[in-house]
Amino acid sequence: MIEQLDYSTLQHLWWLLCSVVGALFLFLTFVQGGQSLLWQVAKTQTEKDLVINALGRKWELTFTTLVLFGGALFASFPKFYATSFGGAYWVWILILFTFILQPVGYEYRKKPWNIFGSLVYEGFLFLNGAVGILLIGAAVGTFYTGANFQLNDSNFVTWTHPLRGLEAALSPSPSSIFNLAMGLFLVFNARTLGAMYLINSLELGEAPEMETRLRKACWQNLLLSLPFCLLIVCSLLFMRGYGIVDAQGTIEIVSFKYLRNLLANPWLLGLLVAGLGLLLFGVWKTAKTTETGGIWSGGLGTVLIGLTVLLLPAYNNTAFYPSKVDLQSSLTIYNASSSPYTLKIMTYVAIAIPFVLAYVAYVWWLMNREKIKIEDTGDRAAY
Amino acid sequence: MIENLDLGMVNWARAQFALTAMYHWLFVPLTLGITWIIAFYHTIYVRTGSEEWKRLTKFWMKLFGINFAIGVATGIIMEFEFGTNWSNYSWMVGDIFGAPLAVEGIIAFFLEATFFAVMFFGWNRVSKGFHLFSTWMVAAGSNLSAVWILVANAWMQYPVGQAFNPDTARFEMQNFFEIAFSPYAVNKFTHATSSSMLMAAFFVISISSWYLLRGRHVLMAKRSIVVAASLGLLASIFTIFNGDESAYEIAQVQPMKLAAFEGLYEGQTNAGLVAFGLINRDKKVYDTQEPFTGFHLHIPGVLSLMANRSFGSFVPGMKDLVYGNAEHNVLGAVQKMERGKKAVASLDAYKQAKKAGDKTGAEVQLAAFNTHKEFLGYGYLKKPEEAVPPVALSFNAFHVMVFLGLLFPLIFIGYLYFSAKGTLAEKKWLLGLGTITYILGMIASQAGWIVAEVGRQPWSIQGLLPVSIARTNLTTGTVQTTFFVFLVLFTLLLIAEISIMVKQINIGPEEN
Repeated sequence: MIEQLDYSTLQHLWWLLCSVVGALFLFLTFVQGGQSLLWQVAKTQTEKDLVINALGRKWELTFTTLVLFGGALFASFPKFYATSFGGAYWVWILILFTFILQPVGYEYRKKPWNIFGSLVYEGFLFLNGAVGILLIGAAVGTFYTGANFQLNDSNFVTWTHPLRGLEAALSPSPSSIFNLAMGLFLVFNARTLGAMYLINSLELGEAPEMETRLRKACWQNLLLSLPFCLLIVCSLLFMRGYGIVDAQGTIEIVSFKYLRNLLANPWLLGLLVAGLGLLLFGVWKTAKTTETGGIWSGGLGTVLIGLTVLLLPAYNNTAFYPSKVDLQSSLTIYNASSSPYTLKIMTYVAIAIPFVLAYVAYVWWLMNREKIKIEDTGDRAAY
Repeated sequence: MIENLDLGMVNWARAQFALTAMYHWLFVPLTLGITWIIAFYHTIYVRTGSEEWKRLTKFWMKLFGINFAIGVATGIIMEFEFGTNWSNYSWMVGDIFGAPLAVEGIIAFFLEATFFAVMFFGWNRVSKGFHLFSTWMVAAGSNLSAVWILVANAWMQYPVGQAFNPDTARFEMQNFFEIAFSPYAVNKFTHATSSSMLMAAFFVISISSWYLLRGRHVLMAKRSIVVAASLGLLASIFTIFNGDESAYEIAQVQPMKLAAFEGLYEGQTNAGLVAFGLINRDKKVYDTQEPFTGFHLHIPGVLSLMANRSFGSFVPGMKDLVYGNAEHNVLGAVQKMERGKKAVASLDAYKQAKKAGDKTGAEVQLAAFNTHKEFLGYGYLKKPEEAVPPVALSFNAFHVMVFLGLLFPLIFIGYLYFSAKGTLAEKKWLLGLGTITYILGMIASQAGWIVAEVGRQPWSIQGLLPVSIARTNLTTGTVQTTFFVFLVLFTLLLIAEISIMVKQINIGPEEN
């Protein structure tokens, strides 16, 4: 069956797969959210250890999903990988920098003779949780607002802004505001998710005060994320976008492009609305009731929102990585993808994805059947 | 595009890649190898139910965890550095290189990541059987992760299964299986994983020997040593064999690398392998200086045997490979550059003709390109001498690796022999040597990568893409900045890692 797929179908399929991985990553950023909440919700050493150990069982999953997101984009849309990573150099280097700090943050925080002391490692986790996610969000924002690059005949990239990608968040312009809003939404959403995950995985009876703080933080962070969410949604309804206007792949600026995309693919609108609804429901359950399962609807909601955010700028003949300085250098799923042969081979490999998801879910269930207790933080293997 | 080439930047980008790769490799071999050893220990525990083996398993797991965290931390930068510092390369090979990387992500990384938490925290949460299964899955996952990145690396050294597409200006995959099962890739994988197993055995032996010297945790140390030395001996012998196989492969597809790490300037029949010699650092391929300073010893015929599986065969030297040798039918960089320049020129002309809508002109140029495309990369070299990698570094690294590699099986045999006789604890000299074996192993392993990666310069893809074209268009200052940031950060983290490791070794396994 895979042999029969045509090039355009494969390109759409692989953008979808990359988006699914990206959306799952956004859900898994509850780890980062929890990290940035640490100092706020955990006041005693025991509470800190509980939070770190609950998150510590999942950090690898988030990390690996990010790595897969990068790998899948490299494999299926190498022109994006080459253009963005090489071009927006400083953004990516800074993001990576915060992800270098994360694993050691967990593993070394409480070990004797760790040289820098626990506080520094907790600071590493905070940086990863806050700055890392903020910059990832700003980078996602450029899928809509565009970036400053030019490609030559050989498709080699030249970046035309001296800040090499940081201008996405730092230049005084509407696009920076949009990108920052995206980043801040992801940061606060990660914190909302983090609180929901912690409520779900900790033995709350052992830390009743922290439970109150967590439920409150869940609500607070939702409220903080909403203005940015609204700003993004409203902008999307009115924003101009970069569309493919003819069979040669010519790119032009199209007014109300993303609104048009939503209307052309009403299911995307459905995803977005369902996502927001599920997220609100999860938060309400966590913050306003004594339930512990809010993370599941909150998580699914985040996945659906993430899918919309990643599919909207790419489907319906849209340039997903527009160039602000040279329209025709803009990347589309058609001009940035791997060859049909490579995409087919990878599609065979992708058949394994449901199995991977299944065993990840099974192991999650096995490991989280029992809540994490103070006793678990005393083990020598603990973080 | 080559007019504004900034060699300083290329070298800094290379330095940064070398820095991050070498730091990463400080931790990878231990992860690859010790997961198997831990799986063995864990299996013995599950089968015997002995608490002693459980403590032992947990202890080595603990040390593995400390190493793993920094291995992951230094690893993520590698994946993205292809994009950040080598973006032209990323575009040109993404169609080929990306696929193994995606397979690695889907198949291998998730095995490792998912079962890692079970392995560490599953003691009371999952059944004994599932827990053991998870430990084996971590070992399988981490070694599978190594497969695909090594496939990608092997492809850069020996680019099979691809074709250059002049319309997209990139190399495109023609045959996945040819790439995945290329003999170069198979050798690279077996050599890297077996040497990693050897390294992990040394890790166990170093720490256990130290305990024995101190008279601490004697039973645990002895038990650890028996399993580790048995696996280590097998691994070290296997490493020598697939190392020899790798050398043969290199001789066939990267003769320049072989000539450089053997310091062979003039091609020879019945060529000798250097057993000992100080390489002349100042010698250039075009001058008449002696290749060695002072005494040097060659074992006649062995290099020919290694390179071509026949004593009397001709092994081309660096001079032959730069200037050509008609007698032995060796094409030099000089001749390859001529053809490469034609390939580059026809490629440009093809693009121009296509742009102008001149179909027949484009076809003519494309045909011309196709006759010379095999030498495309040589078209970007400025002087034929650029085709020679740094000789002294390659030579020294290779000989350090081989010397240590031949010594290693003897050390394992010593440990097994005295363990069997029950006198290991009295052999202070062996235990003393044992405590530093991990460092020796690390030196050999890093030297191996220097041979592989320095020896293939100036190519990022052998013969097709020189590093000077592969790079991202960045300023030297930018790359210098990140180089030093990574240097400082990784060094600080390494210091913390060593300190924590030493403390944990000092504490030793939990006593009941």
